[in-house]
Amino acid sequence: MSTGTPLTESAGVAAPAGNLAILQEPGSLAAFWRRLAARRSALIGLAIVVALVATAALADLVAPYDPTATDWGAVRAAPSLAHPFGGDEVGRDVLSRIIYGARASLGAGLVSVGLAVALGLPIGLVAGYAGGWIDAAIMRLTDALLAIPFLILAIALAAFLGPSLTNAMLAIGLSATSTFVRLTRAQVRAVAAEEFVEAARSVGNPPWRIALVHILPNIVPAILVQATLTIAAAIIAEASLSFLGLGQQPPEPSWGAMLNVAKNFMDQAPWMAIWPGLSIFLAVLAFNLLGDGLRDALDPRQRT
Amino acid sequence: MSRVQPVVSVRNLSKAYPLRAWWGGKGTVFRAVHDVSFDIAPGETLGLVGESGSGKSTIGRAVTMLNPPTAGTVAFEGTDLATLSPRALRRMRSRIQTVFQDPYAALNPRMSVGAYVAEAFRLHRPDMNATERRAAVAHLFERVGLDPAFMGRFPHQFSGGQRQRICIARAIALKPSFIVADEPIAALDVSIQAQVVNLLQDLQADLGLAYLFISHDLRMVRYLCHRVAVLWRGRIVELAESDRLYEDPRHPYTRRLLAAVPLPDPAAERARLAARARDEQADGLPGDLVEVAPGHWVADH
Amino acid sequence: MSRPLLDVRDLRVTFDTEGGAVHAVNGVSYTLNEGETLGVVGESGSGKSVHVLAMLGLIPRPPGRIDGGQVLFRGRDLLALPERALRRVRGGEIGFVFQDPMSSLNPGMTVAAQIAEPLRIHLGLDRRAARARARELLDLVRIPNAAARLDQYPHEFSGGQRQRVMIAIGLACRPKLLIADEATTALDVTVQAEIIALVQELKRELGMAIIWITHDLGVVAGISDTVQVMYAGRILERGPVDDIFRDPRNAYTLGLLRSLPDLSGGRAGRRRLQQIDGSPPDMRRPPPGDPFAPRNAYATARCWAEMPPLVQAEGAAPGHLVAAWYDLPARLAEERAR
Repeated sequence: MSTGTPLTESAGVAAPAGNLAILQEPGSLAAFWRRLAARRSALIGLAIVVALVATAALADLVAPYDPTATDWGAVRAAPSLAHPFGGDEVGRDVLSRIIYGARASLGAGLVSVGLAVALGLPIGLVAGYAGGWIDAAIMRLTDALLAIPFLILAIALAAFLGPSLTNAMLAIGLSATSTFVRLTRAQVRAVAAEEFVEAARSVGNPPWRIALVHILPNIVPAILVQATLTIAAAIIAEASLSFLGLGQQPPEPSWGAMLNVAKNFMDQAPWMAIWPGLSIFLAVLAFNLLGDGLRDALDPRQRT
Repeated sequence: MSRVQPVVSVRNLSKAYPLRAWWGGKGTVFRAVHDVSFDIAPGETLGLVGESGSGKSTIGRAVTMLNPPTAGTVAFEGTDLATLSPRALRRMRSRIQTVFQDPYAALNPRMSVGAYVAEAFRLHRPDMNATERRAAVAHLFERVGLDPAFMGRFPHQFSGGQRQRICIARAIALKPSFIVADEPIAALDVSIQAQVVNLLQDLQADLGLAYLFISHDLRMVRYLCHRVAVLWRGRIVELAESDRLYEDPRHPYTRRLLAAVPLPDPAAERARLAARARDEQADGLPGDLVEVAPGHWVADH
Repeated sequence: MSRPLLDVRDLRVTFDTEGGAVHAVNGVSYTLNEGETLGVVGESGSGKSVHVLAMLGLIPRPPGRIDGGQVLFRGRDLLALPERALRRVRGGEIGFVFQDPMSSLNPGMTVAAQIAEPLRIHLGLDRRAARARARELLDLVRIPNAAARLDQYPHEFSGGQRQRVMIAIGLACRPKLLIADEATTALDVTVQAEIIALVQELKRELGMAIIWITHDLGVVAGISDTVQVMYAGRILERGPVDDIFRDPRNAYTLGLLRSLPDLSGGRAGRRRLQQIDGSPPDMRRPPPGDPFAPRNAYATARCWAEMPPLVQAEGAAPGHLVAAWYDLPARLAEERAR
């Protein structure tokens, strides 16, 4: 100890005294998990999401039938032991189609939001950190895009790109991008005003390093929360596009496409509509619960 | 103003902010700092005192080019910082450092404190590998009185005084010759302030650092600083060797400021409060500095 | 000084946090007489602010809770009062001024309306009478041209003037007790001087008791009759202001006084600041004994194990109480002899 400064201070481990503000700061992964686990609704959401993802991933193992195989004996068959969720208009097993449909729905949710984040995050980062005319140009463009309702934009884009699941994902992803541009920009501007960013400049960090090393990790929580909530919206969007015939093409299953066909048989075979409808509801609810829980767990100060 | 070759030489520094025009009228400017000049010698501490809005933090950020001045020059070891390219200025930052007021805000909450200090080497010492950086950071931790075992921890696990030590460790990592300390003890508890002031003094003695010490704690400024500049309404109204300034203040504002400082002695403080009736008022804008005695400059009033 | 206005008995406050229970106030007892000014000194986590907030029912519950004690104000236990009755005391018989005048004032309400609020609630004044009284109060706190400024909003006032407005609100109902929590900390030193002078004058005019909470020993020295030093949710020392400064009996008080820069003599000959090593304790795991023992060079084995009671200091002025197992004057004399 060449400075003659006290050893006791170094030995006196983290002692944030009675300062209550400190105790609320974002902490370790363990602390985050504790906060998330303290919220029952978030845990339920997480459990459902995990179950849905596992089902979709293991569809080949868990589905009792080939989702496209027809069985004339099961046409519009009521739920039974052989077909717990019943049969559809050409005798395909509804349960198997729900299970495989999870791939389309969750896949669309994850891929489209992944695309939206992949595009929106860098653009928002540039807009927020560069400022000036670049920022102004990007913001006017996102303003224009945000003026069009999300679903309408997605339908228009999907119609333009042509009906297919891939194009539906693309359309949903592009439609959701402006949300992430705006969110990222707002977050970047808030974080950039913090003193530690100035401290980073003062030690000689180049701008790209400030953006990536100092700002980005601090905005990830907000992006993650928004992404989770947007997945729920994207699942609805995919279902809507498929319902309109713009998404998953027959005979491949998707919850939205199943609903589309089911609407013609509401009187004779209501289970054809009930199960995909419930599935969509459950998935959307799960992602929303998880997103709300994440928001609280990641940043207690933003709790409203 | 001082005879030895200064580390930092500030000449006619001004910082103006455009004020938004109302209804398309002609915009005016707010002069946060106007025509400020001073030198700081190697190993010297210059105190900058003044009240909120006097422009003292603006000067600190202008001198380090974190918020460059709108007029005037800042020369560091003879180099005019305004002439440097952004890249050259970033390289120069290894020699000019800042310790900020709020050690809670100045640390990146999602970066381990070891990585935070190591960043200085990462940026300016490409020749060092990870092991060498680690060793250097451990050494710095010991230097500022922190246990190197805490390198992997995150800022929220430290107390205010410890965080300020971490900030100081990073500031001295590249052996700078000049540090701007912008209210470095204002956010700390009384019992911790002396620790940090002692550390700053020890480092100055060992490393020959020059400080620009910005503070509103007028007693600590007198204790710590060799010379003191009093700032009022964006200008220096008085600049002198510190004991001289406190014992023989010439500008009415300096007198008013010093008379307002509470004294930690009941009898003296009660007497001071009773004497406050004949409070000096300073008004108008400060004029040019005149040398009233060797090294003692006072603005026309 | 006469009969006690406020009698705090064994007050205990805890906050439940994710990291565990924070014991913010650990058995604080003292009395305050009518017209007395009490300076409360301490650093963050000392319990100096929390204990008065708890008295006034102003700590959020949860996470906070009051684990015990009584706060007798003119004979009534504030902690036992229902919220309605407590509201009548708060802002009525007890006025208070907090640190940040900007966030304590409602930015969307005129100053007149904010000063009138306690008058209408506590004194039942009608709109016109409350407005007239608000004007008198602005005059009282020396805001020039009060009539014209009544209908202005907080942002139209400077920081010092806003704190004057806060004081006007605190004094609106002629309280028996004014509590000021770091009321001048955010202000410039010249503005602080004006506010302190104002409070001194008002005290002479109105005769209320004051609890002035601050970390600034200079401010405490000038305005207090009694000083109370708090640390880790406890009172470590308390007594007449001159006695505390001249003859401190607790090592923490001494450490605070010694850590101030000694400005006597020339700069070159000045001694190094005497720092208090270490940091305040983590109040989630308060030490079993004297909370200052880990930072105290004079601590004895007993200090580490057992909290000393707050008792009259031997040979000190009457009412000079200290919590310490060691005899500080004797230890200092030994040091000087060596």
